Amino acid sequence: MSEIGVQKREKKRSYVANRISYPVNIVWNILFALASLSCILPLILVIMVSLTDEKSLVQYGYSFFPHVFGLSGYEYIMKKGGAVLSSYSVSILVALVGTVLSTMVIALYAYPLSRPNFKYKGLFTGLVFVTMLFSGGLVPWYIMYTQVLGIGNTIAVLIIPYLMNAWYVLILRTFFKSAVPEELLESARIDGANEFHIFAGIALPLSTAGLATVGLFSMILYWNDWYLPLMFIRSENLYNVQYLLKSILENVQFLARMSTQVAGIGGAVKDLPSETIRMSIAVIAVGPIILAYPFFQRYFIKGLTIGAVKG
Amino acid sequence: MHKSRKTEAKAVKKKLRSSVTLPFMIMLLPGLLVLLINNYIPMLGAVMAFQQYRFRTNFINSLLTSKWVGFSNFKFLLRNPTLWINLRNTLGYNLVFIILGMIVPVAFAIAMNEIWSSKLAKIYQTLLFLPYFLSWVVVSYLVFAVLQTNGALNSMILKPLGIQSVDWYRNIGFWPFLLVFLQMWKYLGYNSVVYLASLTGISSDYYEAAMIDGVGKWQQIWYITLPMLKSTIIILSLLAVGRIFNSDFGLFYNVPMGRSTLYPVTEVLDTFIYRGMRGTTDFGMPLASSMFQSIIGFIAIMSVNWIVRKLDPESALF
Repeated sequence: MSEIGVQKREKKRSYVANRISYPVNIVWNILFALASLSCILPLILVIMVSLTDEKSLVQYGYSFFPHVFGLSGYEYIMKKGGAVLSSYSVSILVALVGTVLSTMVIALYAYPLSRPNFKYKGLFTGLVFVTMLFSGGLVPWYIMYTQVLGIGNTIAVLIIPYLMNAWYVLILRTFFKSAVPEELLESARIDGANEFHIFAGIALPLSTAGLATVGLFSMILYWNDWYLPLMFIRSENLYNVQYLLKSILENVQFLARMSTQVAGIGGAVKDLPSETIRMSIAVIAVGPIILAYPFFQRYFIKGLTIGAVKG
Repeated sequence: MHKSRKTEAKAVKKKLRSSVTLPFMIMLLPGLLVLLINNYIPMLGAVMAFQQYRFRTNFINSLLTSKWVGFSNFKFLLRNPTLWINLRNTLGYNLVFIILGMIVPVAFAIAMNEIWSSKLAKIYQTLLFLPYFLSWVVVSYLVFAVLQTNGALNSMILKPLGIQSVDWYRNIGFWPFLLVFLQMWKYLGYNSVVYLASLTGISSDYYEAAMIDGVGKWQQIWYITLPMLKSTIIILSLLAVGRIFNSDFGLFYNVPMGRSTLYPVTEVLDTFIYRGMRGTTDFGMPLASSMFQSIIGFIAIMSVNWIVRKLDPESALF
């Protein structure tokens, strides 16, 4: 007992002796602090602007400390922002369905690749790895969805292209390898379980941490997606919140059209509190991520750590 | 008696370990279907680059009735003067990204491991990882809030200093630096965690032995840490080199907000192909540029992998 104590103390002393010098520590702390501030300050700025009165915004410019507080942006969204709410429901639907489906597809694909008793695991690992390196290009891909499958401008096209992901397959394969020992499965096979029972009853419950990581990654991917709507969506009622956000940043007219559609009156662009509306919608779009971030970020870090270990 | 039981057990074991095919193939099916639709069939679609592709009623009909025109789409593409500017931008930005990507996240990961307070390190890590979770659309809002004519930079910093406000969205010389900064900024947290994962795998015995022998901190980093990180650095850089003709579309498309004055420094192959495809039924040139991008990308990854395999076979991708 005391021996361990001594060892520990020695280890600690050696650790203290073997660290970077005081000035180097200070310099790196300053660098880290600056980098960290650059990550958080712009977000705080956007939140503060969304809480600023439109007139004072135009007069004094963007500031962390609003001259006059105001909620005109949020009020507008509550009253006339039907398009915002509908885009929000598209985002939620796509994120939920997409996350569940993609996690299933990825887990089903990754599991056989992790099993030593699957003869063709090399071939199918190769098939998915190749997609990380080569592609047929944007245009054939676009033609595939719009003209071959004919599902352009539908909800399905917001989900299907992201169902498989080579990187997540490789992460989950590594996870299955380490979390599901082959010996355990052998005893299940003696009891007469088939591979599907083993997968659903043993492998999945043992790998919840890995599944959660992949599920979170894929939920963020779907929630943050603006690329698929940009490529495939024409109808405004199928816009998700990211794409709506993109459309109104480049085009204030879009905001006016949106409000006339909902309210049925000719909305003049200059009467709209356009700056605060934009920033309010941005806050609403990023809100769920910011609120959930403290809880899920350590899962990401853990998941990355697992996936980075070359398996 | 004893012997037969042993052989029986052996047979059972052999049966248990014997390979299974059908159930696993069924599990692979949904994923294979998606790969086929999303990746493999579009690779075959490259042949359309040699056609004057026109959409008529359905895809098969269009493919069969479109005229074959040989290399004329490519000739047309190569005569486009903006192609060379886009190619220069794509390669230039990616080279800078790859070089900085080998240095900055590695330095931050090592420093994060070395700074005295591990509590502060955790806080920094959490904050630095945040931009990774923001979409490029949201990032374009953040940039807009800081840079627009009455944005934070102009109204909070330049105005109090008595400097005339600057229209950053017309300031063409400033954008290359901004884009490089944003790319680093967004992925710094993510990439440094990847390196940090390999760092924590290094046994502390090495460092203790080095310290006892009187080796200084910098030399420890140079002779122990960096060699241990070498394979991760090479793999990530290889993957980046393989995508040297591709760009982060969101960065180059969303952040400059479609300002055409900025095209000379913000347009890359991906945005060029997208804009070529948008609002046209004549897919000839976009198809040619798409295929051009795939082929030069293929050549890039094959040759880099070949060189790496010659130098250090263990680091090669395949």
